[in-house]
Amino acid sequence: MKRKVKSWLKEGKWIFFLPSITGVSIFILLPLADVIKRSFYTAVTGEFTGIDNYVELFQNQAFLLAVKNTLRFTGFCLPILLGLSFAVSIMLSRLKQVQLFKSVYLFPLAVPTATVVLIWKMFFLKQGIINSLLNQWGMNAVDFMGTKAAFWVLVFSYVWKNLGYTVILWLSGILSISDSLLEAARVDGANERQYIMRILLPNLKPTLYTITVLSFLNSFKVFREAYLVAGSYPHESMYLLQHLFNNWFTNLEFDKMAAGSVCIAIVLFLGIVLLQYLWDKKE
Amino acid sequence: MGKALRNILLGFLACIIILPIIMVIFASLKSNYELARSLAPILSDTGGMIHWYIFPGYPTIQHFRKLLLETPQFFIVFWNSVKIVFFILAGQLVIAMPAAWGFARMKSRAARLLFMLYIILMLMPFQVTMLSSYLVLNKMHIINTHLAVILPAVFSTFPVFLIYRGFTNIPISIIEAAKVDGAGEFRIFIKIGIPMASSGIISAFVLGFLEYWNLVEQPLAFLKEKRLWPLSLYLPEIDLAQAGMAFAASVVTLLPAVFVFIMGQDYLEKGIIASAIKE
Repeated sequence: MKRKVKSWLKEGKWIFFLPSITGVSIFILLPLADVIKRSFYTAVTGEFTGIDNYVELFQNQAFLLAVKNTLRFTGFCLPILLGLSFAVSIMLSRLKQVQLFKSVYLFPLAVPTATVVLIWKMFFLKQGIINSLLNQWGMNAVDFMGTKAAFWVLVFSYVWKNLGYTVILWLSGILSISDSLLEAARVDGANERQYIMRILLPNLKPTLYTITVLSFLNSFKVFREAYLVAGSYPHESMYLLQHLFNNWFTNLEFDKMAAGSVCIAIVLFLGIVLLQYLWDKKE
Repeated sequence: MGKALRNILLGFLACIIILPIIMVIFASLKSNYELARSLAPILSDTGGMIHWYIFPGYPTIQHFRKLLLETPQFFIVFWNSVKIVFFILAGQLVIAMPAAWGFARMKSRAARLLFMLYIILMLMPFQVTMLSSYLVLNKMHIINTHLAVILPAVFSTFPVFLIYRGFTNIPISIIEAAKVDGAGEFRIFIKIGIPMASSGIISAFVLGFLEYWNLVEQPLAFLKEKRLWPLSLYLPEIDLAQAGMAFAASVVTLLPAVFVFIMGQDYLEKGIIASAIKE
Protein backbone atom coordinates (compact mmCIF):
# COMPACT_ATOMS: atom_id res chain seq x y z
CA MET A 1 0.00 0.00 0.00
CA LYS A 2 2.72 2.40 1.02
CA ARG A 3 4.71 1.64 -2.08
CA LYS A 4 1.67 2.12 -4.20
CA VAL A 5 1.09 5.58 -2.77
CA LYS A 6 4.75 6.40 -3.26
CA SER A 7 4.78 5.46 -6.91
CA TRP A 8 1.52 7.28 -7.35
CA LEU A 9 3.05 10.42 -5.91
CA LYS A 10 6.22 10.01 -7.93
CA GLU A 11 4.37 9.70 -11.19
CA GLY A 12 3.15 13.22 -10.62
CA LYS A 13 -0.11 13.11 -12.55
CA TRP A 14 -2.00 14.19 -9.46
CA ILE A 15 -0.38 17.61 -9.69
CA PHE A 16 -2.66 18.30 -12.65
CA PHE A 17 -5.78 18.28 -10.59
CA LEU A 18 -4.39 19.57 -7.35
CA PRO A 19 -5.33 23.23 -8.04
CA SER A 20 -8.80 22.20 -9.12
CA ILE A 21 -9.40 20.01 -6.09
CA THR A 22 -8.18 22.71 -3.74
CA GLY A 23 -10.59 25.22 -5.24
CA VAL A 24 -13.47 22.78 -5.40
CA SER A 25 -12.89 21.94 -1.72
CA ILE A 26 -12.95 25.58 -0.69
CA PHE A 27 -15.75 26.85 -2.91
CA ILE A 28 -18.04 23.82 -3.21
CA LEU A 29 -17.29 21.05 -0.70
CA LEU A 30 -16.71 23.31 2.29
CA PRO A 31 -20.00 25.19 1.74
CA LEU A 32 -21.77 21.86 1.21
CA ALA A 33 -20.43 20.50 4.52
CA ASP A 34 -21.40 23.74 6.21
CA VAL A 35 -24.96 23.47 4.87
CA ILE A 36 -25.27 19.93 6.24
CA LYS A 37 -24.03 21.06 9.65
CA ARG A 38 -26.33 24.06 9.74
CA SER A 39 -29.36 21.97 8.95
CA PHE A 40 -29.10 20.51 12.48
CA TYR A 41 -28.64 23.83 14.32
CA THR A 42 -30.84 26.84 14.99
CA ALA A 43 -30.27 29.86 12.78
CA VAL A 44 -29.74 32.57 15.35
CA THR A 45 -28.40 30.99 18.54
CA GLY A 46 -26.58 28.12 16.86
CA GLU A 47 -27.91 25.46 19.24
CA PHE A 48 -28.11 21.84 18.20
CA THR A 49 -31.73 20.97 17.47
CA GLY A 50 -31.57 17.51 15.93
CA ILE A 51 -34.09 17.12 13.15
CA ASP A 52 -36.32 20.02 14.24
CA ASN A 53 -35.41 22.04 11.16
CA TYR A 54 -36.51 19.20 8.92
CA VAL A 55 -39.77 18.75 10.79
CA GLU A 56 -40.48 22.45 10.49
CA LEU A 57 -39.53 22.39 6.82
CA PHE A 58 -42.13 19.80 5.95
CA GLN A 59 -44.82 21.76 7.75
CA ASN A 60 -43.89 24.97 5.96
CA GLN A 61 -46.63 25.97 3.49
CA ALA A 62 -44.30 27.94 1.23
CA PHE A 63 -41.94 24.99 0.96
CA LEU A 64 -44.73 22.58 0.10
CA LEU A 65 -46.09 24.97 -2.51
CA ALA A 66 -42.65 25.45 -4.06
CA VAL A 67 -41.98 21.70 -4.14
CA LYS A 68 -45.36 21.10 -5.74
CA ASN A 69 -44.79 23.78 -8.37
CA THR A 70 -41.28 22.65 -9.14
CA LEU A 71 -42.40 19.03 -9.55
CA ARG A 72 -45.36 20.13 -11.63
CA PHE A 73 -43.12 22.30 -13.78
CA THR A 74 -40.65 19.48 -14.44
CA GLY A 75 -43.54 17.06 -14.91
CA PHE A 76 -44.96 19.15 -17.73
CA CYS A 77 -41.93 20.65 -19.37
CA LEU A 78 -39.77 17.52 -19.62
CA PRO A 79 -42.26 15.39 -21.61
CA ILE A 80 -43.21 18.37 -23.79
CA LEU A 81 -39.61 19.23 -24.55
CA LEU A 82 -38.53 15.63 -25.08
CA GLY A 83 -41.51 14.78 -27.29
CA LEU A 84 -41.36 17.91 -29.41
CA SER A 85 -37.61 17.76 -29.89
CA PHE A 86 -37.79 14.08 -30.81
CA ALA A 87 -40.43 14.77 -33.48
CA VAL A 88 -38.39 17.66 -34.84
CA SER A 89 -35.18 15.66 -34.96
CA ILE A 90 -36.86 12.78 -36.80
CA MET A 91 -38.09 15.25 -39.39
CA LEU A 92 -34.67 16.89 -39.55
CA SER A 93 -32.87 13.57 -39.92
CA ARG A 94 -34.59 13.14 -43.30
CA LEU A 95 -33.47 16.51 -44.59
CA LYS A 96 -30.26 17.16 -46.43
CA GLN A 97 -29.89 20.81 -45.50
CA VAL A 98 -30.13 20.56 -41.74
CA GLN A 99 -27.49 23.12 -40.83
CA LEU A 100 -29.68 26.20 -41.24
CA PHE A 101 -32.49 24.68 -39.19
CA LYS A 102 -30.10 23.57 -36.48
CA SER A 103 -28.65 27.07 -36.25
CA VAL A 104 -32.06 28.69 -36.00
CA TYR A 105 -33.30 26.23 -33.38
CA LEU A 106 -30.13 26.66 -31.33
CA PHE A 107 -30.21 30.42 -31.52
CA PRO A 108 -32.24 31.07 -28.34
CA LEU A 109 -29.31 29.61 -26.42
CA ALA A 110 -27.37 32.73 -27.36
CA VAL A 111 -30.15 35.15 -26.42
CA PRO A 112 -29.36 36.69 -23.04
CA THR A 113 -31.99 36.20 -20.35
CA ALA A 114 -32.49 39.94 -20.04
CA THR A 115 -33.49 40.12 -23.71
CA VAL A 116 -35.82 37.17 -23.27
CA VAL A 117 -37.46 39.01 -20.42
CA LEU A 118 -38.10 42.07 -22.55
CA ILE A 119 -39.68 39.88 -25.21
CA TRP A 120 -41.85 38.20 -22.59
CA LYS A 121 -43.16 41.52 -21.43
CA MET A 122 -44.04 42.61 -24.94
CA PHE A 123 -45.91 39.42 -25.69
CA PHE A 124 -47.47 38.40 -22.43
CA LEU A 125 -48.42 41.56 -20.58
CA LYS A 126 -52.14 42.13 -20.15
CA GLN A 127 -52.10 44.69 -22.96
CA GLY A 128 -49.38 42.84 -24.85
CA ILE A 129 -49.13 41.55 -28.38
CA ILE A 130 -50.82 38.19 -27.84
CA ASN A 131 -53.82 39.73 -26.16
CA SER A 132 -53.95 42.36 -28.84
CA LEU A 133 -54.21 39.58 -31.43
CA LEU A 134 -56.75 37.63 -29.37
CA ASN A 135 -58.79 40.80 -29.17
CA GLN A 136 -58.73 41.33 -32.90
CA TRP A 137 -59.95 37.80 -33.42
CA GLY A 138 -62.80 38.48 -31.03
CA MET A 139 -61.51 36.44 -28.09
CA ASN A 140 -61.14 37.47 -24.49
CA ALA A 141 -57.80 38.75 -23.27
CA VAL A 142 -55.88 36.60 -20.81
CA ASP A 143 -53.91 38.01 -17.90
CA PHE A 144 -50.87 35.84 -18.53
CA MET A 145 -48.68 37.03 -15.71
CA GLY A 146 -51.30 37.35 -13.00
CA THR A 147 -53.13 34.03 -13.32
CA LYS A 148 -52.35 30.37 -13.65
CA ALA A 149 -51.35 31.07 -17.24
CA ALA A 150 -48.04 32.32 -15.80
CA PHE A 151 -47.04 28.71 -15.32
CA TRP A 152 -47.52 27.97 -19.01
CA VAL A 153 -45.59 31.03 -20.03
CA LEU A 154 -42.71 29.59 -18.03
CA VAL A 155 -43.07 26.19 -19.71
CA PHE A 156 -43.16 27.85 -23.13
CA SER A 157 -40.07 29.86 -22.34
CA TYR A 158 -38.22 26.74 -21.25
CA VAL A 159 -39.12 24.81 -24.39
CA TRP A 160 -38.24 27.78 -26.60
CA LYS A 161 -34.82 28.11 -25.04
CA ASN A 162 -33.88 24.40 -24.90
CA LEU A 163 -35.41 22.95 -28.05
CA GLY A 164 -32.28 23.37 -30.16
CA TYR A 165 -29.98 21.90 -27.53
CA THR A 166 -32.17 18.82 -27.21
CA VAL A 167 -32.65 18.43 -30.96
CA ILE A 168 -28.86 18.35 -31.40
CA LEU A 169 -28.63 15.59 -28.81
CA TRP A 170 -31.39 13.51 -30.41
CA LEU A 171 -29.89 14.01 -33.86
CA SER A 172 -26.49 12.80 -32.76
CA GLY A 173 -28.19 9.73 -31.34
CA ILE A 174 -30.30 9.09 -34.44
CA LEU A 175 -27.35 9.55 -36.80
CA SER A 176 -25.27 7.11 -34.77
CA ILE A 177 -27.71 4.30 -35.54
CA SER A 178 -26.20 2.50 -38.46
CA ASP A 179 -27.70 2.84 -41.91
CA SER A 180 -27.73 -0.93 -42.32
CA LEU A 181 -30.41 -1.21 -39.64
CA LEU A 182 -32.45 1.37 -41.50
CA GLU A 183 -31.93 -0.48 -44.76
CA ALA A 184 -32.87 -3.80 -43.24
CA ALA A 185 -36.07 -2.33 -41.88
CA ARG A 186 -36.92 -0.86 -45.28
CA VAL A 187 -36.24 -4.16 -47.05
CA ASP A 188 -38.49 -5.93 -44.58
CA GLY A 189 -41.20 -3.47 -45.49
CA ALA A 190 -41.46 -1.65 -42.17
CA ASN A 191 -43.62 1.44 -42.27
CA GLU A 192 -42.82 4.78 -40.66
CA ARG A 193 -44.47 3.98 -37.35
CA GLN A 194 -42.88 0.56 -37.01
CA TYR A 195 -39.53 2.04 -37.89
CA ILE A 196 -39.79 4.65 -35.13
CA MET A 197 -41.26 2.37 -32.49
CA ARG A 198 -39.29 -0.80 -33.15
CA ILE A 199 -35.92 0.47 -34.31
CA LEU A 200 -35.30 4.09 -33.40
CA LEU A 201 -36.70 4.22 -29.88
CA PRO A 202 -35.13 1.03 -28.48
CA ASN A 203 -31.74 2.08 -29.86
CA LEU A 204 -32.08 5.59 -28.47
CA LYS A 205 -32.57 4.59 -24.86
CA PRO A 206 -29.10 5.72 -23.71
CA THR A 207 -29.67 9.04 -25.49
CA LEU A 208 -33.01 9.39 -23.75
CA TYR A 209 -31.39 9.04 -20.33
CA THR A 210 -28.76 11.68 -20.99
CA ILE A 211 -31.28 14.06 -22.48
CA THR A 212 -33.49 13.60 -19.44
CA VAL A 213 -30.68 14.46 -17.04
CA LEU A 214 -29.52 17.49 -19.01
CA SER A 215 -33.03 18.81 -19.61
CA PHE A 216 -33.76 18.40 -15.94
CA LEU A 217 -30.66 20.41 -15.06
CA ASN A 218 -31.51 23.11 -17.54
CA SER A 219 -34.98 23.30 -16.06
CA PHE A 220 -33.43 24.89 -12.94
CA LYS A 221 -32.35 27.78 -15.09
CA VAL A 222 -35.88 29.03 -15.87
CA PHE A 223 -35.64 30.73 -12.52
CA ARG A 224 -33.65 33.45 -14.23
CA GLU A 225 -36.49 34.36 -16.55
CA ALA A 226 -39.13 33.93 -13.87
CA TYR A 227 -37.23 36.10 -11.43
CA LEU A 228 -36.39 38.87 -13.85
CA VAL A 229 -39.95 39.09 -15.15
CA ALA A 230 -41.91 38.74 -11.96
CA GLY A 231 -39.48 39.37 -9.09
CA SER A 232 -39.29 37.56 -5.77
CA TYR A 233 -43.01 36.93 -5.43
CA PRO A 234 -44.50 35.94 -8.80
CA HIS A 235 -47.96 34.48 -9.28
CA GLU A 236 -48.17 31.50 -6.95
CA SER A 237 -48.43 29.02 -9.81
CA MET A 238 -44.83 29.75 -10.73
CA TYR A 239 -43.37 30.14 -7.27
CA LEU A 240 -40.46 27.71 -7.56
CA LEU A 241 -38.00 26.31 -5.05
CA GLN A 242 -35.45 28.81 -6.31
CA HIS A 243 -37.76 31.71 -5.42
CA LEU A 244 -38.24 30.29 -1.97
CA PHE A 245 -34.52 29.82 -1.39
CA ASN A 246 -33.82 33.32 -2.60
CA ASN A 247 -36.41 34.71 -0.20
CA TRP A 248 -35.12 32.65 2.71
CA PHE A 249 -31.66 33.93 1.89
CA THR A 250 -32.84 37.55 1.93
CA ASN A 251 -34.80 37.03 5.15
CA LEU A 252 -31.91 35.21 6.83
CA GLU A 253 -33.98 32.08 7.52
CA PHE A 254 -30.88 29.95 7.40
CA ASP A 255 -32.16 26.95 9.36
CA LYS A 256 -34.98 26.06 6.99
CA MET A 257 -32.81 26.90 4.05
CA ALA A 258 -30.07 24.51 5.13
CA ALA A 259 -32.53 21.69 5.76
CA GLY A 260 -34.15 22.33 2.38
CA SER A 261 -30.76 22.31 0.64
CA VAL A 262 -29.87 18.97 2.17
CA CYS A 263 -33.19 17.48 1.05
CA ILE A 264 -32.69 18.72 -2.52
CA ALA A 265 -29.12 17.46 -2.57
CA ILE A 266 -30.24 14.02 -1.39
CA VAL A 267 -33.05 13.83 -3.94
CA LEU A 268 -30.70 14.85 -6.75
CA PHE A 269 -28.05 12.43 -5.62
CA LEU A 270 -30.52 9.54 -5.51
CA GLY A 271 -31.90 10.55 -8.89
CA ILE A 272 -28.47 10.52 -10.47
CA VAL A 273 -27.55 7.17 -8.93
CA LEU A 274 -30.86 5.71 -10.08
CA LEU A 275 -30.38 6.96 -13.64
CA GLN A 276 -26.81 5.73 -13.69
CA TYR A 277 -28.06 2.31 -12.55
CA LEU A 278 -30.75 2.21 -15.24
CA TRP A 279 -28.16 3.22 -17.80
CA ASP A 280 -25.77 0.47 -16.87
CA LYS A 281 -28.54 -2.08 -16.86
CA LYS A 282 -29.69 -1.20 -20.35
CA GLU A 283 -26.31 -1.36 -21.96
CA MET B 1 -45.87 12.36 -43.83
CA GLY B 2 -45.52 14.39 -47.01
CA LYS B 3 -42.29 16.17 -47.67
CA ALA B 4 -44.03 19.51 -48.18
CA LEU B 5 -45.93 19.24 -44.93
CA ARG B 6 -42.74 18.39 -43.08
CA ASN B 7 -40.88 21.36 -44.49
CA ILE B 8 -43.76 23.67 -43.66
CA LEU B 9 -43.86 22.41 -40.08
CA LEU B 10 -40.11 22.83 -39.62
CA GLY B 11 -40.18 26.27 -41.21
CA PHE B 12 -43.12 27.38 -39.09
CA LEU B 13 -41.32 26.30 -35.94
CA ALA B 14 -38.18 28.13 -37.05
CA CYS B 15 -40.27 31.30 -37.52
CA ILE B 16 -41.79 31.05 -34.04
CA ILE B 17 -38.35 30.64 -32.57
CA ILE B 18 -36.68 33.48 -34.42
CA LEU B 19 -39.56 35.98 -34.60
CA PRO B 20 -39.21 37.44 -31.08
CA ILE B 21 -35.54 38.18 -31.66
CA ILE B 22 -36.20 39.90 -34.97
CA MET B 23 -38.89 41.98 -33.28
CA VAL B 24 -36.45 43.18 -30.64
CA ILE B 25 -33.90 44.15 -33.26
CA PHE B 26 -36.45 46.13 -35.28
CA ALA B 27 -37.91 47.65 -32.15
CA SER B 28 -34.51 49.07 -31.25
CA LEU B 29 -34.66 51.07 -34.49
CA LYS B 30 -38.05 52.64 -33.80
CA SER B 31 -38.27 56.28 -32.82
CA ASN B 32 -39.36 57.38 -29.36
CA TYR B 33 -42.56 58.75 -30.77
CA GLU B 34 -43.45 55.51 -32.47
CA LEU B 35 -42.61 53.42 -29.39
CA ALA B 36 -44.52 55.72 -27.08
CA ARG B 37 -47.56 55.48 -29.29
CA SER B 38 -47.49 51.69 -29.57
CA LEU B 39 -46.74 51.13 -25.91
CA ALA B 40 -49.16 53.74 -24.57
CA PRO B 41 -51.67 51.16 -23.30
CA ILE B 42 -48.97 49.49 -21.20
CA LEU B 43 -47.40 52.68 -19.96
CA SER B 44 -50.50 54.63 -19.03
CA ASP B 45 -52.91 51.75 -18.46
CA THR B 46 -55.66 53.42 -20.46
CA GLY B 47 -57.29 50.10 -21.17
CA GLY B 48 -56.50 49.62 -24.86
CA MET B 49 -54.19 47.11 -26.41
CA ILE B 50 -50.79 47.76 -27.88
CA HIS B 51 -50.55 48.05 -31.63
CA TRP B 52 -47.30 46.56 -32.67
CA TYR B 53 -45.83 46.72 -36.13
CA ILE B 54 -42.76 44.62 -36.68
CA PHE B 55 -41.04 47.06 -39.01
CA PRO B 56 -40.08 50.51 -37.80
CA GLY B 57 -41.95 53.29 -39.63
CA TYR B 58 -38.99 55.65 -39.58
CA PRO B 59 -35.85 53.72 -38.65
CA THR B 60 -33.44 55.62 -36.44
CA ILE B 61 -30.29 54.84 -34.51
CA GLN B 62 -30.98 57.49 -31.90
CA HIS B 63 -31.24 54.94 -29.06
CA PHE B 64 -27.91 53.39 -29.88
CA ARG B 65 -26.34 56.85 -30.03
CA LYS B 66 -27.81 57.77 -26.70
CA LEU B 67 -26.91 54.44 -25.11
CA LEU B 68 -23.34 54.28 -26.36
CA LEU B 69 -22.44 57.96 -26.15
CA GLU B 70 -24.52 59.43 -23.36
CA THR B 71 -25.10 56.64 -20.85
CA PRO B 72 -21.95 56.10 -18.79
CA GLN B 73 -23.68 53.55 -16.50
CA PHE B 74 -24.19 51.29 -19.48
CA PHE B 75 -20.46 51.29 -20.12
CA ILE B 76 -19.72 50.41 -16.53
CA VAL B 77 -22.02 47.40 -16.49
CA PHE B 78 -20.96 46.33 -19.95
CA TRP B 79 -17.34 46.22 -18.84
CA ASN B 80 -18.35 44.50 -15.62
CA SER B 81 -19.80 41.70 -17.72
CA VAL B 82 -16.77 41.54 -19.98
CA LYS B 83 -14.43 41.47 -17.02
CA ILE B 84 -16.36 38.77 -15.17
CA VAL B 85 -16.65 36.51 -18.21
CA PHE B 86 -13.02 37.03 -19.23
CA PHE B 87 -11.57 36.18 -15.84
CA ILE B 88 -13.85 33.19 -15.31
CA LEU B 89 -12.89 31.67 -18.65
CA ALA B 90 -9.19 32.49 -18.20
CA GLY B 91 -9.28 30.91 -14.76
CA GLN B 92 -10.99 27.81 -16.10
CA LEU B 93 -8.29 27.53 -18.74
CA VAL B 94 -5.63 27.34 -16.04
CA ILE B 95 -7.59 25.21 -13.55
CA ALA B 96 -10.07 23.02 -15.41
CA MET B 97 -7.92 22.03 -18.36
CA PRO B 98 -5.08 20.43 -16.34
CA ALA B 99 -7.64 18.82 -14.04
CA ALA B 100 -9.38 17.25 -17.02
CA TRP B 101 -6.02 15.94 -18.19
CA GLY B 102 -5.31 14.47 -14.78
CA PHE B 103 -8.64 12.65 -14.76
CA ALA B 104 -8.19 11.42 -18.31
CA ARG B 105 -4.74 10.02 -17.50
CA MET B 106 -5.35 8.49 -14.08
CA LYS B 107 -7.06 5.17 -14.02
CA SER B 108 -6.94 4.44 -10.29
CA ARG B 109 -10.11 3.76 -8.33
CA ALA B 110 -9.60 6.88 -6.25
CA ALA B 111 -9.44 9.04 -9.36
CA ARG B 112 -12.63 7.40 -10.70
CA LEU B 113 -14.47 8.12 -7.47
CA LEU B 114 -13.25 11.69 -7.42
CA PHE B 115 -14.46 12.17 -10.97
CA MET B 116 -17.86 10.79 -10.02
CA LEU B 117 -17.94 13.37 -7.24
CA TYR B 118 -17.17 16.10 -9.79
CA ILE B 119 -20.12 14.99 -11.91
CA ILE B 120 -22.47 15.10 -8.95
CA LEU B 121 -21.21 18.54 -7.94
CA MET B 122 -21.73 19.74 -11.49
CA LEU B 123 -25.39 18.80 -11.19
CA MET B 124 -26.06 20.68 -7.92
CA PRO B 125 -28.13 23.83 -8.40
CA PHE B 126 -26.62 27.06 -7.15
CA GLN B 127 -29.29 27.53 -4.48
CA VAL B 128 -28.21 24.46 -2.52
CA THR B 129 -24.96 26.02 -1.36
CA MET B 130 -25.85 29.68 -1.86
CA LEU B 131 -25.95 30.48 1.84
CA SER B 132 -22.76 28.75 2.84
CA SER B 133 -20.92 30.02 -0.23
CA TYR B 134 -21.90 33.48 0.91
CA LEU B 135 -20.44 32.83 4.36
CA VAL B 136 -17.22 31.41 2.94
CA LEU B 137 -16.79 34.33 0.56
CA ASN B 138 -17.59 36.70 3.39
CA LYS B 139 -14.85 35.16 5.51
CA MET B 140 -12.46 35.75 2.65
CA HIS B 141 -13.61 39.40 2.56
CA ILE B 142 -14.51 39.29 -1.08
CA ILE B 143 -18.29 39.67 -0.86
CA ASN B 144 -19.39 42.64 -2.94
CA THR B 145 -16.38 42.38 -5.24
CA HIS B 146 -16.22 40.75 -8.63
CA LEU B 147 -13.97 38.08 -7.18
CA ALA B 148 -16.98 36.68 -5.31
CA VAL B 149 -18.59 35.86 -8.64
CA ILE B 150 -15.43 34.94 -10.50
CA LEU B 151 -13.65 32.59 -8.06
CA PRO B 152 -16.40 30.02 -7.44
CA ALA B 153 -17.16 29.92 -11.18
CA VAL B 154 -13.50 29.27 -12.00
CA PHE B 155 -13.75 26.06 -9.98
CA SER B 156 -16.96 24.91 -11.60
CA THR B 157 -16.66 21.24 -12.47
CA PHE B 158 -18.67 21.40 -15.69
CA PRO B 159 -15.77 22.46 -17.97
CA VAL B 160 -13.60 19.74 -16.43
CA PHE B 161 -16.20 17.21 -17.52
CA LEU B 162 -16.47 18.62 -21.07
CA ILE B 163 -12.73 18.91 -21.67
CA TYR B 164 -12.12 15.45 -20.17
CA ARG B 165 -14.09 13.99 -23.09
CA GLY B 166 -11.63 15.44 -25.58
CA PHE B 167 -8.61 14.10 -23.71
CA THR B 168 -9.94 10.55 -23.42
CA ASN B 169 -10.32 10.39 -27.21
CA ILE B 170 -6.56 10.72 -27.72
CA PRO B 171 -5.18 7.29 -28.70
CA ILE B 172 -3.03 5.92 -25.90
CA SER B 173 -0.41 4.78 -28.44
CA ILE B 174 0.46 8.38 -29.27
CA ILE B 175 1.01 9.20 -25.61
CA GLU B 176 3.07 6.04 -25.11
CA ALA B 177 5.21 6.92 -28.11
CA ALA B 178 5.91 10.36 -26.70
CA LYS B 179 6.84 8.77 -23.39
CA VAL B 180 9.29 6.46 -25.07
CA ASP B 181 10.86 9.49 -26.68
CA GLY B 182 11.47 10.79 -23.18
CA ALA B 183 8.74 13.44 -22.94
CA GLY B 184 7.54 14.17 -19.39
CA GLU B 185 3.87 14.25 -18.43
CA PHE B 186 3.70 18.05 -18.59
CA ARG B 187 5.30 18.16 -22.00
CA ILE B 188 2.88 15.54 -23.30
CA PHE B 189 0.00 17.58 -21.91
CA ILE B 190 1.15 20.78 -23.65
CA LYS B 191 2.42 19.33 -26.91
CA ILE B 192 -0.04 16.53 -27.53
CA GLY B 193 -3.00 16.80 -25.16
CA ILE B 194 -4.04 20.39 -25.75
CA PRO B 195 -3.67 20.45 -29.56
CA MET B 196 -5.45 17.13 -30.00
CA ALA B 197 -8.33 17.99 -27.70
CA SER B 198 -8.64 21.59 -28.89
CA SER B 199 -12.16 21.25 -30.27
CA GLY B 200 -13.43 19.92 -26.94
CA ILE B 201 -11.67 22.74 -25.12
CA ILE B 202 -13.09 25.41 -27.40
CA SER B 203 -16.57 23.95 -27.09
CA ALA B 204 -16.33 24.16 -23.30
CA PHE B 205 -15.48 27.82 -23.63
CA VAL B 206 -18.26 28.60 -26.10
CA LEU B 207 -20.82 27.01 -23.77
CA GLY B 208 -19.12 28.77 -20.85
CA PHE B 209 -19.32 32.17 -22.51
CA LEU B 210 -23.04 31.83 -23.19
CA GLU B 211 -23.57 30.74 -19.58
CA TYR B 212 -21.52 33.43 -17.86
CA TRP B 213 -22.68 36.27 -20.11
CA ASN B 214 -26.05 35.51 -18.53
CA LEU B 215 -25.23 35.25 -14.85
CA VAL B 216 -28.16 36.18 -12.65
CA GLU B 217 -28.20 34.23 -9.39
CA GLN B 218 -24.57 34.68 -8.32
CA PRO B 219 -24.24 38.46 -8.82
CA LEU B 220 -27.65 38.91 -7.25
CA ALA B 221 -26.55 37.09 -4.11
CA PHE B 222 -22.93 38.23 -3.86
CA LEU B 223 -22.86 41.78 -5.25
CA LYS B 224 -24.68 44.42 -3.25
CA GLU B 225 -23.76 47.55 -5.15
CA LYS B 226 -25.46 48.12 -8.48
CA ARG B 227 -22.34 49.64 -10.00
CA LEU B 228 -20.77 46.17 -9.82
CA TRP B 229 -23.65 44.43 -11.57
CA PRO B 230 -23.25 42.72 -14.92
CA LEU B 231 -25.46 43.53 -17.91
CA SER B 232 -27.76 40.62 -17.23
CA LEU B 233 -28.96 42.24 -14.00
CA TYR B 234 -28.83 45.84 -15.19
CA LEU B 235 -30.92 45.36 -18.30
CA PRO B 236 -34.23 44.43 -16.66
CA GLU B 237 -33.86 47.58 -14.55
CA ILE B 238 -34.51 49.77 -17.58
CA ASP B 239 -38.30 49.95 -17.58
CA LEU B 240 -40.57 50.15 -20.56
CA ALA B 241 -40.95 53.90 -20.14
CA GLN B 242 -37.52 54.02 -21.74
CA ALA B 243 -38.39 51.31 -24.21
CA GLY B 244 -36.01 52.54 -26.91
CA MET B 245 -33.08 52.30 -24.54
CA ALA B 246 -34.19 48.91 -23.28
CA PHE B 247 -34.37 47.50 -26.80
CA ALA B 248 -31.07 49.05 -27.86
CA ALA B 249 -29.35 47.76 -24.70
CA SER B 250 -30.79 44.31 -25.40
CA VAL B 251 -29.38 44.32 -28.89
CA VAL B 252 -25.96 45.44 -27.66
CA THR B 253 -26.03 42.64 -25.06
CA LEU B 254 -27.13 40.17 -27.69
CA LEU B 255 -24.32 41.00 -30.12
CA PRO B 256 -21.30 39.47 -28.31
CA ALA B 257 -23.30 36.31 -27.58
CA VAL B 258 -24.40 36.04 -31.21
CA PHE B 259 -20.83 36.65 -32.35
CA VAL B 260 -19.53 33.84 -30.15
CA PHE B 261 -22.46 31.67 -31.21
CA ILE B 262 -21.74 32.09 -34.92
CA MET B 263 -17.98 31.75 -34.61
CA GLY B 264 -18.26 28.74 -32.34
CA GLN B 265 -21.28 27.03 -33.88
CA ASP B 266 -19.47 23.82 -34.83
CA TYR B 267 -17.75 23.65 -31.48
CA LEU B 268 -20.99 24.41 -29.70
CA GLU B 269 -22.59 21.38 -31.29
CA LYS B 270 -19.61 19.23 -30.40
CA GLY B 271 -19.76 20.52 -26.85
CA ILE B 272 -23.45 19.74 -26.53
CA ILE B 273 -22.91 16.23 -27.81
CA ALA B 274 -19.90 15.78 -25.51
CA SER B 275 -21.99 16.89 -22.54
CA ALA B 276 -24.27 13.96 -23.20
CA ILE B 277 -21.96 11.01 -23.56
CA LYS B 278 -22.25 9.05 -20.41
CA GLU B 279 -19.33 8.39 -18.13
